[in-house]
Amino acid sequence: MELRRFTQSAPKTSNTTMSNSEIAKRNILDRPLTRNREELYLSTFSFLFAEAVQYLQTRVQQVSELEDKLNQLGYRVGQRALELLCFREKMNRREIRLVSILGLIRVQLWKFLFNKSADYLKKVTDREDEYYIEEEEPLVNRYISVPKDFGQLNCAAFMAGIIRGAMDSAGFTASVSAHYIHREEKSRWNAPVTIFMIRLDESVMNRERQWTS
Amino acid sequence: MLLSLFVVNKAGGLIYQQNFSDTAAKLSSNDYLRLASTFHSIQAISRQLSPAHSRFGFGIERIETDTFVLQAFQSQTGVKFVVTATPETKNLKNFLRRLYELYTDYVLKNPFYELDMPIRCELWEVMLQLAAEEHQRSAS
Repeated sequence: MELRRFTQSAPKTSNTTMSNSEIAKRNILDRPLTRNREELYLSTFSFLFAEAVQYLQTRVQQVSELEDKLNQLGYRVGQRALELLCFREKMNRREIRLVSILGLIRVQLWKFLFNKSADYLKKVTDREDEYYIEEEEPLVNRYISVPKDFGQLNCAAFMAGIIRGAMDSAGFTASVSAHYIHREEKSRWNAPVTIFMIRLDESVMNRERQWTS
Repeated sequence: MLLSLFVVNKAGGLIYQQNFSDTAAKLSSNDYLRLASTFHSIQAISRQLSPAHSRFGFGIERIETDTFVLQAFQSQTGVKFVVTATPETKNLKNFLRRLYELYTDYVLKNPFYELDMPIRCELWEVMLQLAAEEHQRSAS
């Protein structure tokens, strides 16, 4: 009853007659999901992200906790991002092999979120269950300089969380962390590059082994 | 040739100082602080000398002497950028604009910076150095 009354009082314009600008004016939650991805100003994102980091700073005691919180924040983004990506790009095939899901994250997911693919995806040489994605200049760190007393904090922990969220919701449980690596000959002004260390869960590795044999 | 840069917050406190050249006058950090707040006050007083009351002018913009020029720029929020240079240096206005841009990017978007506090941001220093070198090249 309640519902009917609501629909009657709602404006009479239906979806088909709405112009693009009218759709844009509507609440973001009312817009169709299939619409093309919208570009966002880097400044807008940077301010929001800076505000998020500042907020989290007030709620933690230690630097490592801050990193965890950023990771958790990213996790929720990652879960949703993978879902939305698959829906929009009509990826009907489900990735079940480790290498292909890592590739999907490096290329498609990265392009979807940051408009470029990640710089490198590599396997840790002497470990079977560890991979890393290397990014010279992560978007979230563009304007961030971490003070010395924050030690090795890397705010790209947020992006590590995104990877973890996407992997986890695809059925590849892993722990992902972001680290600075100094590689002097490479980057601009000797800035350290960021690597996202992906350590896969034992159960995932067992599954992989079964398929390979 | 650029000599030094001062960034002054809206209360007249010095939040950043940097010399670009060895020939720049070297003062103690207390003197720099005093200089910054004195200039801040003089600028505020000079605004009252304006014959027409204006919300937009912010007082002294440029001081010229035989040995150096001083160029100042104030943002809408009251942050002042003051640069000194040798008299023949051109494009100081553009340089200050560029610094303002860098400040909004690399200082204000940094979650570890607290407003009105001294600027200690690695990336800001790097970009500032690059901007100074670029200015030097374009002027020569």
